[in-house]
Amino acid sequence: MQQQACQVAIIGAGPAGLACAIRLRQLGVEEVLLIEREAAAGGVPRHCGHSPFGMREFHRLLSGPAYARRLVQQAIDLGVRLLLTTTVVKLAEGGRMILSTPAGEQPLQAEKVVICTGNRETPRSARLVSGTRPMGIMTTGALQSMVYLKQRRPFRHPVIVGTELVSFSALLTCRHAGIKPVAMVDSSSRVTAFPLAAMLPRVLRVPLLLNSSIKSIDGRQQVEAVEIEDHSGQVSTFPCDGVIFSGHFVAESSLIRPSHLLLDRRSGGPLVDQFGRCSDPDYFACGNLLHPVDTAGWCWSEGRRLAVFVHADLHGGLPVTEHLLEIDTASADIRYFTPQRIAIPQRVSDFGPLAEASPGLQLRFNDAGRGELKLRADDVVVASRHLRARAETRQLLQLPLAKLFQCQALSLDLTRRTAE
Amino acid sequence: MRANDDLFDIIVVGSGVVGSAMARRFTLEGARVLVIEKSSDTLDGASKANSAILHTGFDASPSGSQEQVCIAEGYAEYLQIRARLNLPLLECGALLLAWNQQEADRLEQILRDAHRNGVSSARLISRKQVLDREPQIGAAVVAAIEVPGEFVVDPWSAPYAYLLQAIENGARLERSCELLGGSFDGDSWRLETGKGQFRGRQVINCAGLFGDHIDQLLIGQSSFEIRPRKGQFVVFDKSAASLTRSILLPVPTETTKGIVVCPTIFGNLLVGPTAEEQPSRERADTDSGALAELIKRGRAILPALEYHGVTATYAGIRPATEHKDYQIKWEHQQNYCCVGGIRSTGLSAALGIAAQVFREFSAAGARHQPVEDPLWPQVPGIAETVQRGWQQADNGGIVCHCELVTRREIENALQGRIAPGSLAELKRRTRVTMGRCQGFYCSAELSELTNGFFEQALGEKF
Repeated sequence: MQQQACQVAIIGAGPAGLACAIRLRQLGVEEVLLIEREAAAGGVPRHCGHSPFGMREFHRLLSGPAYARRLVQQAIDLGVRLLLTTTVVKLAEGGRMILSTPAGEQPLQAEKVVICTGNRETPRSARLVSGTRPMGIMTTGALQSMVYLKQRRPFRHPVIVGTELVSFSALLTCRHAGIKPVAMVDSSSRVTAFPLAAMLPRVLRVPLLLNSSIKSIDGRQQVEAVEIEDHSGQVSTFPCDGVIFSGHFVAESSLIRPSHLLLDRRSGGPLVDQFGRCSDPDYFACGNLLHPVDTAGWCWSEGRRLAVFVHADLHGGLPVTEHLLEIDTASADIRYFTPQRIAIPQRVSDFGPLAEASPGLQLRFNDAGRGELKLRADDVVVASRHLRARAETRQLLQLPLAKLFQCQALSLDLTRRTAE
Repeated sequence: MRANDDLFDIIVVGSGVVGSAMARRFTLEGARVLVIEKSSDTLDGASKANSAILHTGFDASPSGSQEQVCIAEGYAEYLQIRARLNLPLLECGALLLAWNQQEADRLEQILRDAHRNGVSSARLISRKQVLDREPQIGAAVVAAIEVPGEFVVDPWSAPYAYLLQAIENGARLERSCELLGGSFDGDSWRLETGKGQFRGRQVINCAGLFGDHIDQLLIGQSSFEIRPRKGQFVVFDKSAASLTRSILLPVPTETTKGIVVCPTIFGNLLVGPTAEEQPSRERADTDSGALAELIKRGRAILPALEYHGVTATYAGIRPATEHKDYQIKWEHQQNYCCVGGIRSTGLSAALGIAAQVFREFSAAGARHQPVEDPLWPQVPGIAETVQRGWQQADNGGIVCHCELVTRREIENALQGRIAPGSLAELKRRTRVTMGRCQGFYCSAELSELTNGFFEQALGEKF
């Protein structure tokens, strides 16, 4: 086994990883290695054959694959080294990794590692849905790669579970493949994505069943029917030949869990500071791994910002991680927030313009609701915001770093007014 | 119907773990063996879902029962042959945990039974010893019996290896070959199947969940009635496997061994099974209420399970009967043997059952010349305890990222000797799609790789 080495290794060539690689090269970092387990770079957008992508990055409307191609081309033109069909199987201290390549197992040593492994949808099994286990049950991601990458149709008349943004992506994917969903089902009282999205099933003549949930799946070889319970408790049988479980994204942290890096139990991703640094300061993370789930464009801008921190760190420009303040919360409404810890420098001036580039705290809530979100430093409110939060919508709160310089404890809470 | 003039020495009905071990034993002893399987795949009945524990039989009762004897012999033979077939073994040991004084009071008796069953390494250990060994176990634990010899195996590669060795040494397998009827003419059997007629001197019924039906069909009566017992399981993510190195058993009740928490050979953590009587021999539904209950039970045993996700859920059906013991019955006048009621311990006992049946068969006067220098096929290593395909050169790259299954492993399985006829069987051979994402990434690639191999394709081209 030949030991490879590089300055920065990035794991995952989706929008976050590609953006980070591109920016690192633009900043003059010599060796940037971008590792992708699939046979082509591009990440989820590559599987997502419809619009809209690219507004933030290229100021034009692109389909997922076209958007991915542009980013990949940009990376190649800038001299990013792409390592495809290569899976990182192990992370160890000091930027040491084990890779699986078509030629077998290989070690890799990087000065800095950026983890951009993204997120994935929750499949049927983890949702504990009752019934048999026939063919035709999959997530949107699996459907999209089958339809857009392989031109295969796994069913003709599925039920779509969920009304997140990705659920509507499932609808569009079905339309592309000549698949006619028999219903779209969600247990919440309104569409989880933006309200206008509810128009789409109407246009496509797919019944939208809110306040309803899937009770069980039946079928021997292929799905034959599902049982759906409505808000009154009445259970109806819907004949169908497939079930798409869409959304309920979780962080793809399977590489991190068995490693030495500390995990944030709320988000399911690694613990990071305001620079995206993990508990081992040679590792960084960004993108949907930290906050399931945001758009490609958001992950792209995060990747670009992270590159600045990584570049600075290569030249000793980030404060040491000896003094870390953990942000605490007792609020059950807050599903997760990131970053979870703040690195406090020796001198207040060392926070510098770099840290002020941080977008602040990103949060998501368990349910829709409204209230006042407050960040306290030693019981003094240093940032607050009134918000009306939808369950899956990203919320931001500024991080006034200079005010945190000498504080001992940070806490976050939400004072709820009324639940919607 | 196609006539088939070959006369087999032995026709084994069913290719579950028992039928596979039976075919292997008789083939190695020199018999010409035919295995008939009604499904398009082997292991499609009771053998497809179990807890994958290689039992010592420490808790089998009464001592000297068919079950206890077969487990002891099967256990010993597995350990003896496994390396030559490349079968894995997780030497984890078990702790039988008492959670209150009432349960603790029963440990003495269980220990006496274990020693009577020849499992002399079993011993009582204190609460402190339990927690020293497994610090993640719930603090309410009172005491335990340690059984160092309880191990974990690969529940699918083992029967596959048995059947493969039978076939490589001359046995024949017919799948999609349902038994429709048969007659015995005083010398040999003539079996009618979905693939025509087959003749054999001796029939061995290893039909598992349909054992009583096959008895009725061929000899007009059965000494037992199958009472299907469903067991549901929850498989936790690989991260949870760090919570215990041991199989964690409860104090058993009269009717069930109870809910077990154990590591799997694939690096996951398993909680189950439930024990639910049901009429159907084929439908193995999972049920959200029962699964939630299993998770709750798992968390009571290992509180930190709360922080680990669920990878998969499944259910299997065990061929329980009205009897407690196995039903191994001979009709020597009719050259017929039934191996019925092999419930949850079949994986551990199969090799022992086959050896017992062969001994009885030869005691009745049959003579064969054992195969000289038999072939020992090596099955692919898919367990976490052996070197995996992805670690080797020219593996074609990884297709299933969660379970690290390579393109080469999938191609080899598809083109192998007992080629999988469905995705379900391909999963059992390679672990593909069995990981935490359940096919999120690899379904598309698989639909292309398996194109033309399965009766039911993974999606149609559009």
